[in-house]
Order: sequence, then C-alpha cells, then structure tokens
Amino acid sequence: MTAPLTEQAGGRTDGQQPAVRLQAVSKTYGQGKASLLALDNVALDVAPGEFVCLLGASGCGKSTLLSLVAGLDAPSAGRIDVDRRRIALMFQEPALFPWLTVSANVEMALRAKGLGKRERRDRAAEYLEIVHLGGFGRKRPHELSGGMRQRVSLARALAQDADVLLMDEPFGALDAMTRDLLHDELERIWRERDLAVLFVTHNVREAVRLGDRVVLLSSRPGRVVEDFPVTLPRPRRTDSAEVAEQAGEITQRLRQEVMRHGAAPNRVPREAAPDAR
Amino acid sequence: MAADTHARQIAGLDALELAPARRAGLLTRAWAGTWPVALAVALVLAAWQLVVLAGWWPEYVFAGPVTTLTELGHRLGEAEFYQALTVTMRRAVVGFALAIAVGLVVGALVSRIRPLRRAVGSLITGLQTMPSIAWFPLAILLFGLSESAILFVVVLGAAPSVANGLITGVDYTPPILLRAGHMLGFRRLTLYRHVILPASLPSFLAGLKQGWAFAWRSLMAGELLVIIANRPSLGEQLHFARELADSPGLLATMIVILVIGILVDRLFGLADNALRRRWGLHQVTA
Ligand SMILES: Nc1ncnc2c1ncn2[C@@H]1O[C@H](COP(=O)(O)OP(=O)(O)OP(=O)(O)O)[C@@H](O)[C@H]1O
Ligand SMILES: [Mg+2]
Repeated sequence: MTAPLTEQAGGRTDGQQPAVRLQAVSKTYGQGKASLLALDNVALDVAPGEFVCLLGASGCGKSTLLSLVAGLDAPSAGRIDVDRRRIALMFQEPALFPWLTVSANVEMALRAKGLGKRERRDRAAEYLEIVHLGGFGRKRPHELSGGMRQRVSLARALAQDADVLLMDEPFGALDAMTRDLLHDELERIWRERDLAVLFVTHNVREAVRLGDRVVLLSSRPGRVVEDFPVTLPRPRRTDSAEVAEQAGEITQRLRQEVMRHGAAPNRVPREAAPDAR
Repeated sequence: MAADTHARQIAGLDALELAPARRAGLLTRAWAGTWPVALAVALVLAAWQLVVLAGWWPEYVFAGPVTTLTELGHRLGEAEFYQALTVTMRRAVVGFALAIAVGLVVGALVSRIRPLRRAVGSLITGLQTMPSIAWFPLAILLFGLSESAILFVVVLGAAPSVANGLITGVDYTPPILLRAGHMLGFRRLTLYRHVILPASLPSFLAGLKQGWAFAWRSLMAGELLVIIANRPSLGEQLHFARELADSPGLLATMIVILVIGILVDRLFGLADNALRRRWGLHQVTA
C-alpha cells in the first residue's frame, strides 16, 4: 500500500490509507478480434472498516473485479493496492472441497496459518455456530442444501480472519428469511471486526440494506457510473420504507444504464478494445 | 429479533431443506449386486454347454462345463493349487505395489514439472499401448528366466496407467478449487498436497483399476513364458495343461484366473463407489 493519495478516487478515506485502492484498472479478456474489455478504467477506494456494495447488471465485470483485487488474476492496466495477506474472498459458488467434511472445510482456512489440530477444530466450530450450522460439522458439503453450503463458505471466509472481505453474491442462493438473518449476522461481524467489505450483489435492496456506499457499474465495458452514499441509520431493514425509497432511486439509474444497451445485442464481443491507457 | 429466535428460525428452515437420508438395506443391496452376476454366469455356462453339444470339437479337446467344474472342485481340495495361487498372488501384489510406487513418483513429477511433462508425457501414453508381451524378450535377456524378469514386465505394464491416472486428475482439478485453495493461503507444494492431490483421487483410482488389469495380464503372459523350476504358478499350470492336452485342467485354471481378475476389479469398484458416495458424485451418475 504505497500509492500516494489522489483525489480522483471516490470514497471515504478520512486521510487514512484505504484498505483497497483501484486506480485506472482495466481488464481485457482474450486477444485480437475476440477480445473483450470487461473492466475499463475503474477507480475505487474502500476505506478500512467500510462496507461497499458493488451493483451492476449480469456480466458487467463484478466477479472479474473481485478476482483482480484478490490477486487471482492480473489487471491488463492500472494498479491495485491491497494487503494480499489479509484478504478473504467468498466466491459466487460455494467452492467447498468435496472430500472434506464441513468442519474440515472451515479448518482449511486455519491450516495455512499453522494452528494446531485441536485449536483448528474448536475455531471451526465457533464459525459454524456463527452461520447457524453448529450441528453440521461432520456432514459432507453435498449433503447440505445450496444455501447451507453458501453459509459454510461464509464461515470459511470469516475463519481467515482477514481485514478485507470480498463477497461475490454470497446470499443469492438463500431464501429471503435466511438472507435477512445473515444480513444481521454479517453486519454484526463487520462492526465487531472493523472489516472492509466489498460486497457484490444484483439485489438493490440488499445493497442499500448493507452498504455505506453503493457503487454502480455499467456493462460492457464495466465502468463506475455512480457512487451512492447510504446514510440511513443502522440497523436497517430490507423491507423498510427508507431502504425501499433509496433502492428505487438506484434502480432507476440502473435501468437507464441497462437501457443504453437496449438497441445493441448484449452479448456481442467488442471489436478491438479501445485503448484505455 | 433475539439471537435465540434467529437460531431457531434458521434451524427450522434447514430441517426443511435437508432431504431425509434414504439408503436401501444391506440385503436389498446385496441381492441387487448378486442376481445380475448369477444370471451372467448361467448364460455363459449355457452357451458353453451348447458349443460342446454342437460337437465341433471332441470332448477331450474342449471339455464341457460339468467336467471342468468337477476338475476345478477337485483342484480346490489340493495343496498344489494353493501353492501355485500363493506364488502368483505374491507376484501380483509385489508387482502391482511396485507399479503404484513408480507410477506415483513419475506421475507426481511429470504433473508438477512442465518441461518434464513435454518430454515424457506422451511417452507414458505410448508405453500404455505397448503390449506387455513384447517386453518379455528384452526382460529375459536382461534378467534371465527369473522373478525379476516377470516383475519388470508387470511394473512396466501397470505403472503408466497409474501415472496417467494421477496426471489426468491433476490436470482436471476444478479451477474453482485451485482458486479457493489459493485464497486460503496455500501455495505450490501445500496447494499440491491439500488441494490438487485430494482432488485427483477419483482419477487416480481409475488409473489404479486400469493398472491392475494391465498388471494381471502382464503377469499371466509372464508366467506362461518364464517358467521357473519348482515354483508352481497359475500361468505355469496353464502351460503344462496345454502340453499334456488336459482340457478340463486348462479350462479350470482359466476360470480361476478370470475369477481373481474380476474379484480384484470388484474391490476397486467398491472403493470407487465409497469415494463417490463420500464426495456426493453418485447422484450424478445414478
Ligand atoms: N476467463 C474469462 N475469459 C473470457 N471472458 C471472461 C472470463 N471471465 C469473465 N469473462 C467475461 O467478462 C465479463 C464479465 O464477467 P464477470 O464474471 O466478471 O461478470 P459478473 O458481473 O460477475 O456477472 P454475474 O453478475 O452474472 O456474476 C463477461 O462478459 C464474461 O463473459
Ligand atoms: Mg459474477
């Protein structure tokens, strides 16, 4: 994290170093005619302890952005500053190891830290308790429902005890009731640990329910269109009128963004990507 | 909302989501596994009897099932048979174990080291297609008519399949699991040990199964060719049965060889099933 602060990036930095900083980040997949500009000149800051929701249509590059931040993939241009040792990513799919029990899956997060066996098991049990799966440690992932697997994945990400938590549509597979409960749980953990969270979702209300800021991405290429601060007092409720109102505002903007693409067919790869550098 | 209500609500939802475990009883499963085998055996015996009845060959050249099975029963009561069986099985076990060791080492190295991969990757597949019997002249030249000659060919026959199984497993490790492992802090060797190796287990098991088939074939070829004095074996029995034109004895030995091959294959099948059940893959294939 050595980048000098520039005022061009948005976000609440309060003079601190941001936990995550993206500067002019672009990502192109493929080469030549078949290349696809997934992200174009994205600037984004997430302050320590800040909850930022990333919103955008399907295929706009949200998962791509998280992979870049996580260091699983390299940007084609621009720079990303983040402490890669203190970062956890919860994937869009559960990504559990099928040969391990639920508990052992969570323990994998502690193994790389060199904890002893007994301590790993106890800590894993705690994290499973947090996602309300206390009694399921000895099951195998395939014996759980999709939503429960996603919660195991959440427990595993939390067990990494990172400072930055990247979450890719973590609650997409859950029913509304469980999702509400996990929102509360996540909010509590975020507060307690002072986490910086970058949370991807399709669901505008979810974004308003959780975020300090909601960042709207455009599609093809993905760019930051607008950055909505959410100042509603916490705890918020997904079904409250205030959340609904602000969500409506953002949905309006999202709709405009999607309609921009209405005329052109959506899935055509761009010809030679415009040079973004 | 109180945390306790939370927990109870979620527990209620989870109970709804989980399907009750349902698995057929032991007897039902045993029966389901047995009757197709019994049927197949009956069909083969019937066809065999029909061929004998057709009279294309005289009975002393091609014995019928009744004569053969009587001879088999007779042999099962003799110590000589068990000596031969012991020698053969010991060779099979030692040869296969060596093949696994060699296959593991080669497979691990080749899947890890890229230049090595380019150099010997296709060579391994090439070795697999080489009929093991073609190795024997060389083996006999190198080791004489000895145990080593037989082991040499058994290992050469089985190790490439074992290595290939491992390499395929490594290649087809789901990328999402690699990424998950990377995020959890595993790199290079630890990633290999904790993610890649376990992920390649099903493919490795398939390699073992194929390797066994090759090992067993190579062993029988070897025992027919490399006959060591005072060391009775199944292959040797086959050889002498032919020399003595002992048709029932020959067929009885063939049955023993076939049954052993099938039994071991079944063991691998069981291991594979257990693995699939643990991983939750059986629902896909069922
Ligand atoms: N490895 C890849 N190779 C080529 N193209 C890719 C690759 N990964 C993603 N893309 C393309 O990049 C674009 C952005 O993909 P990404 O997965 O980031 O979208 P997303 O915003 O996460 O979508 P969703 O909301 O559906 O998960 C898509 O058009 C996708 O086809
Ligand atoms: Mg995505």
